[in-house]
Amino acid sequence: MARVILRRFFKHKLAGIAIAVLALLILASAFAFTTPYSPTNQEPTNSFQKSNADHWFGTDELGRDVFTRILYGGRVSLTVGLFSTFLSIALGVLVGALSGYFGGWIDSVLMRITDAFLTFPTIFVLIILGAFLREQQVPWLKNSVLIVIIIIAALSWMWPARLVRGLFLVLREREFVTASRALGGSSARIIIQHILPNCIGPIVVSGTLQMASAIITESGLSYLGFGVQPPTPTWGSILATAQNQVFRAPWIAFYPGLMIFITVMAINYIGDGLRDAFDPYVVHAEK
Amino acid sequence: MTTYAIRRILQTIPILFIISILLFFLVRSAPGGPLTSARRNPNVTKEQIEAIEEKLGLNDPLPVQYGRWIGDMLKGNLGQSIKFHRPVNDMIAERIPNTLTLVGASFLLTLIVAIPIGMLSARKPYSVFDYAMTTVTFIGQSIPVYWLGLGLIVIFYVLLKNPVTDVPFFPVGGMNTRGKEGDPLDTLWHLVLPVTALSLGWIAWYSRFLRSSMMDVLHEDYVRTAKAKGASSNSVYYKHALQNAILPLVTLIALDLPSLFAGALFVETIFSWPGMGRLFWDAAKGRDYPVLLGVVMITAVLIIFCNILADLAYGWLDPRVKYE
Repeated sequence: MARVILRRFFKHKLAGIAIAVLALLILASAFAFTTPYSPTNQEPTNSFQKSNADHWFGTDELGRDVFTRILYGGRVSLTVGLFSTFLSIALGVLVGALSGYFGGWIDSVLMRITDAFLTFPTIFVLIILGAFLREQQVPWLKNSVLIVIIIIAALSWMWPARLVRGLFLVLREREFVTASRALGGSSARIIIQHILPNCIGPIVVSGTLQMASAIITESGLSYLGFGVQPPTPTWGSILATAQNQVFRAPWIAFYPGLMIFITVMAINYIGDGLRDAFDPYVVHAEK
Repeated sequence: MTTYAIRRILQTIPILFIISILLFFLVRSAPGGPLTSARRNPNVTKEQIEAIEEKLGLNDPLPVQYGRWIGDMLKGNLGQSIKFHRPVNDMIAERIPNTLTLVGASFLLTLIVAIPIGMLSARKPYSVFDYAMTTVTFIGQSIPVYWLGLGLIVIFYVLLKNPVTDVPFFPVGGMNTRGKEGDPLDTLWHLVLPVTALSLGWIAWYSRFLRSSMMDVLHEDYVRTAKAKGASSNSVYYKHALQNAILPLVTLIALDLPSLFAGALFVETIFSWPGMGRLFWDAAKGRDYPVLLGVVMITAVLIIFCNILADLAYGWLDPRVKYE
């Protein structure tokens, strides 16, 4: 099965290219320390250089190498994207599975809460959380990357939850579930061993959507000044400082946005490829 | 249908209560309150700060403060801005029309552009036009709205200028040129770039959605029946299929409203558009929490209201839907 899915995935040529692009981005930001510059050291005499052989993307108002800052920024964006997605999917699967499997009052309560979160203008809450959590006197909340991961996950689990609930509503009526129950299988066993494996495809596909939107959200939050805090460079905060210099050095605004765009586009194409790969009808047609 | 609407409105009350409690305690339990800068100021004595705290009721236990706040809110009073010493009601009331103008104009543009694109893509699937549009919509969906806004500023304000007068093509700040307040044409001119920035992603998303919705509907029995009865292909396509394909769009739009407001927040910040998003951003920077809480609650009410409206519209458009 896994081999069939892999083969189908790489038939989608753009998805294959997208995987390569994403791998390159991950490697480049992992090896960001190999550039000769520091992402935070300031060299005011060296400011506002256009791109040249020494500074590929030029330098910013404080003389920092934009290319280096973007590579380091990639670490933050990709980390936040990946971990907040895992967290939000885990939470969403838990809520959706309980809701869809048990139904009744559990379903009503959980879905009311989900609806409350869904009708909510999330970005407003993200900003409030970003602004106020940092001021709490809790030591482990001083790390703004961790804060951003948690608050993005806390406000995006509703979509996977709804998806998983829908899948569970259908699957719990199937014969293999009845059979397992007749054989004395516990609810936990049925949920984890029998129903959940059948939901992997849609969950993985929705995970790619989550990751793309998490990266856009993180950058947006940092852009507005309520995400990851300086001096840590992130694509959003580089874009924010570039905005102040838009008349002197309009090119600085170009690169961080381009990176966000390329990353999100690659993830979207991977999601598209995965959708094709997991589509049961296509697999059957091939057999 | 009236009972359905009333029930839906009643259902939202607990939701609004949960939201308000969570937000209030979160915002108020943070130590960096609005008086932080006053505390650091050596000219302000401790007694003065205590007097302000006493006057604003900041010393009462949090549940008491919440009770007072929610009580006032139910009476339609959102409190007083700590920074501007003005009623939050007034501040929000003067911003709502501006946000609705921006969101409304973007929404209109989105539908005007997205529906034809989606329709034509589905009319000739896998044609050159369809492939081109699929690529464009993929790009449109991946561009972050703040980068697009900034890019539009760079292109149409910084780089491109009228060669004769050396004036930028489009304004990028506020709603009006100084001295032209209230001139609708001037506002329209100021709307061009913000609306473009806000709409592109939505155009991409809705045209893709309509395309796939059309493709689904074209396989339905009633489409085949219409064809078998000899209806012309145009009539089948634009009358039978399109009407049904557009229906799910109504639900989708209702679900997307919060994101539309989120996008408006970015656009308002970038283009200094004096709407609720900009007000919220300023309030968040200054920790002006009566304004923060007021804007969030009003936006939540607005979104829930639009959701109910969309539900009712769906029933009106599709007579098959029955409200229980």
